Amino acid sequence: MATAVQANVERETYLNHDYTLKSWLLTKDHKRIAILYLISITVMFFVGGFFAMLIRLELLTPAGDLVSSDTYNKLFTMHGISMIFFFLIPSVPAVLGNFCIPLMVGAKDLAFPKLNLASWYIFMIGATFALVSMLWGGVDTGWTFYTPFSTTYSNTHVIGAALGVFISGFASIFTGLNFIVTIHRMRAPGLTWTRLPLFCWSNYAASIIMVLGTPVVAITILLVALERLLHIGVFNPALGGDPLLFQHLFWFYSHPAVYIMILPGMGVISEIVACFARKRVFGYEFVALASISIAVLGFLVWAHHMFVAGISVYAALVFSLLSYFVAIPSAVKVFNWTATLYKGSIRYDTPMLYAFGFIGLFTIGGLTGVFLSSLGVDVHVTDTYFVVAHFHYVMVGGMVLAYMAGLHFWWPKITGKLYPEGWAKLSALLVFVGFNLTFFPQFILGYMGMPRRYHAYPPEFQVLNVMSTAGASVLAVGYVLPMIYFLWSLRYGEDAGPNPWNAVGLEWMTPSPPPTHNFEETPVVTWEAYDYEHQPEQQEVAVGQ
Amino acid sequence: MANSDIEVAELSLQHHFASMDQQRESSTFGMWLFLLTEIMFFGGLFCAYLVYRATYYQAFVEGSQTMNIWLGATNTAVLICSSLTMALGVRCAQTDNRKLMVILLIFTMMFGLAFLGIKAIEYHEHWTAHQFPGPNFSFPQAEANGVNPQNVQIYFSLYWAMTGLHALHMVIGVGLVLWITIVGARGRYSADYFAPVENVGLYWHFVDLVWIYLFPLLYLISHKHGG
Amino acid sequence: MSSEEHRQHVIAIGVYVGIWATLMILTALTVFASFLELGNWNIVLALVIATIKGTLVVLFFMHLYYSSKLTKVTVITALFFLFLLLALSMTDYLTRGWLTNPMH
Repeated sequence: MATAVQANVERETYLNHDYTLKSWLLTKDHKRIAILYLISITVMFFVGGFFAMLIRLELLTPAGDLVSSDTYNKLFTMHGISMIFFFLIPSVPAVLGNFCIPLMVGAKDLAFPKLNLASWYIFMIGATFALVSMLWGGVDTGWTFYTPFSTTYSNTHVIGAALGVFISGFASIFTGLNFIVTIHRMRAPGLTWTRLPLFCWSNYAASIIMVLGTPVVAITILLVALERLLHIGVFNPALGGDPLLFQHLFWFYSHPAVYIMILPGMGVISEIVACFARKRVFGYEFVALASISIAVLGFLVWAHHMFVAGISVYAALVFSLLSYFVAIPSAVKVFNWTATLYKGSIRYDTPMLYAFGFIGLFTIGGLTGVFLSSLGVDVHVTDTYFVVAHFHYVMVGGMVLAYMAGLHFWWPKITGKLYPEGWAKLSALLVFVGFNLTFFPQFILGYMGMPRRYHAYPPEFQVLNVMSTAGASVLAVGYVLPMIYFLWSLRYGEDAGPNPWNAVGLEWMTPSPPPTHNFEETPVVTWEAYDYEHQPEQQEVAVGQ
Repeated sequence: MANSDIEVAELSLQHHFASMDQQRESSTFGMWLFLLTEIMFFGGLFCAYLVYRATYYQAFVEGSQTMNIWLGATNTAVLICSSLTMALGVRCAQTDNRKLMVILLIFTMMFGLAFLGIKAIEYHEHWTAHQFPGPNFSFPQAEANGVNPQNVQIYFSLYWAMTGLHALHMVIGVGLVLWITIVGARGRYSADYFAPVENVGLYWHFVDLVWIYLFPLLYLISHKHGG
Repeated sequence: MSSEEHRQHVIAIGVYVGIWATLMILTALTVFASFLELGNWNIVLALVIATIKGTLVVLFFMHLYYSSKLTKVTVITALFFLFLLLALSMTDYLTRGWLTNPMH
């Protein structure tokens, strides 16, 4: 631990190591690459948020009077593409995973640092293609690019946007590949699989999905682009093709993709619940196994997005049954987090508030997913706002809250600064209230029959829509405040010290911010994961302090 | 092995790895994972092929009969030979036989280029016969054999997409082999450090493996009309 | 030093040449078999031969036979998920006609 004497000398950290732009743009340091990703995805988050704002403004009134139908199609398309491919999928892995995983396994970097940097550049190229397509007139196919509209009938910049998604997919693949090799091959001495933090298990499971699923959507998007360019008929019924084949290939990735998004978030929650209840996660092995199960089972359910598309009813039955199963490991995790809280010594710091929000909202979102697995219910509510509410509950109420939780939890480690706790708690409250006000009415709207992707609706739906837009405004404030106080903390925040939360984990045993090479000497791990009972002994054993 | 080989090898140890073993195991595992992604990448096309062959079998028969089986078989043989020279080349790296390794890698590249050359000839034939999907597609023999030319076009879409993607991977492969040939000729590889050679070899064999499936699926569907 | 381990797995040249010869023969066999009229079994035979060839390439040219368990699991995982993609998609295509009028 840095003593008072050492603190007077400016300690080398990964931030002050070299201040030139070139040292940042050509860095191979996983921590700097995490910061690069943080900046990029924050920009894309606000791009997606901008489109959401326009959507909610349009939906204040029943008439389609703010924008034309075609423009509205572009709005929800670009909202979806920005948020899913350029914010949610990279969020926890590329920012928090990149930063924390080498630290958590006691390594100096990921297995392939140059590949990691390449991944960021590839992401940026993909994002550029997508942004240029959006600025140049937009895309209106929906983020799902259904054929034959996307291949034949749409008059918008489909190829540009599709290429943007295609290219950024490789960024995802390379990140996942890097994580898998790192976790297998670069764990510190004594760090067995069963001592690994659950954050690593979750990112590992998400990485498996990334490497197995992303290539399939990549080839599918390529075929869409080829079909659009060359007028071949692979997905066009007028030329003998089957539009459902596109949907099978698309959803083979895009369903597991939702688990790519949520699993790392669940990993964050595991870390936070353990730290702020000061207890080992209940049923550690089951939570780890549940992560892997979600990854595998997630590949077996994709056609539940196609129940009303025209697939055979026998296939629908198979996929409906499998979809029920995939809920089980998620439920196991929720029960285990809850059990961890029982008789824990709970602190209500901001990360924990977000974690509480996650557990409740993810449960609601997940359960409504189970409703959708039922064929009968699905026929009634598919393509309505019920589905929109369901996935926003898991993606925003779940995943975005988990990302915020993780940002707050590891911000002191990443920057060496503490954010202002009062403002942070206020923002968490605004996010929670704003989110529920935005999306709960949408469950009711959907059940009552309001279709999704429509900008005009019957007047009896207006009250709930106004409520939803009001909620979105509150939510927006909750998102903007952290931007401000995080930036503020960089200059004016209190120094964090190596372990402001008194958490267990290798990343907390190195200074904040960490030195470029992470640890003075390779740590040797002799304690179990989340061993809060024996914490003082670990501090002595850890090397380099 | 000579001491200097170990020294040369240790120069290649990257700073974030604890040992050459860890580096080698990591890089090889990384390449296998990458090949896993390639299996899924081509897999999407194989899925499309499966669905459409099952649906439009007769049209696929007709399309397949325009393929030149002998060129296809020759290409298959060419790739198998290239895999042999590649595997032997890796073995030479493993046994410190630099000169022979370079020769074998050059042969591998030549086989690769031969494959691409034969493929170019085939593509040219199909192109001039208007067997490329799109507005200029034409398949006059369709009606005589009782199939819908649109369905034959789907066969050709898959033919061009699958063999085209494969050929792109071949080009990249030749580039990779060229790279390790040059680096290898300068003496950078030895029995203690030859992971790049081995990993390029893995990639090369994988591309061969894809062709092993493409050949019967695209060229050998049936030689009988209506069968 | 543990690089000894890796050096032990130098495969004899004869093995490589033998695999090569087998692959060439199987290629000739697959072309010959395509001229036989076996109806639906043609495709089965073609895929069986291709799989034998592929297995030889993976096991010996790509050294999977001598590789770690992790590598073997990686390959099996890839094949398994590819199988899932193909098989579950076919549950739709193969059963589409079941409830409709048999004439289609």
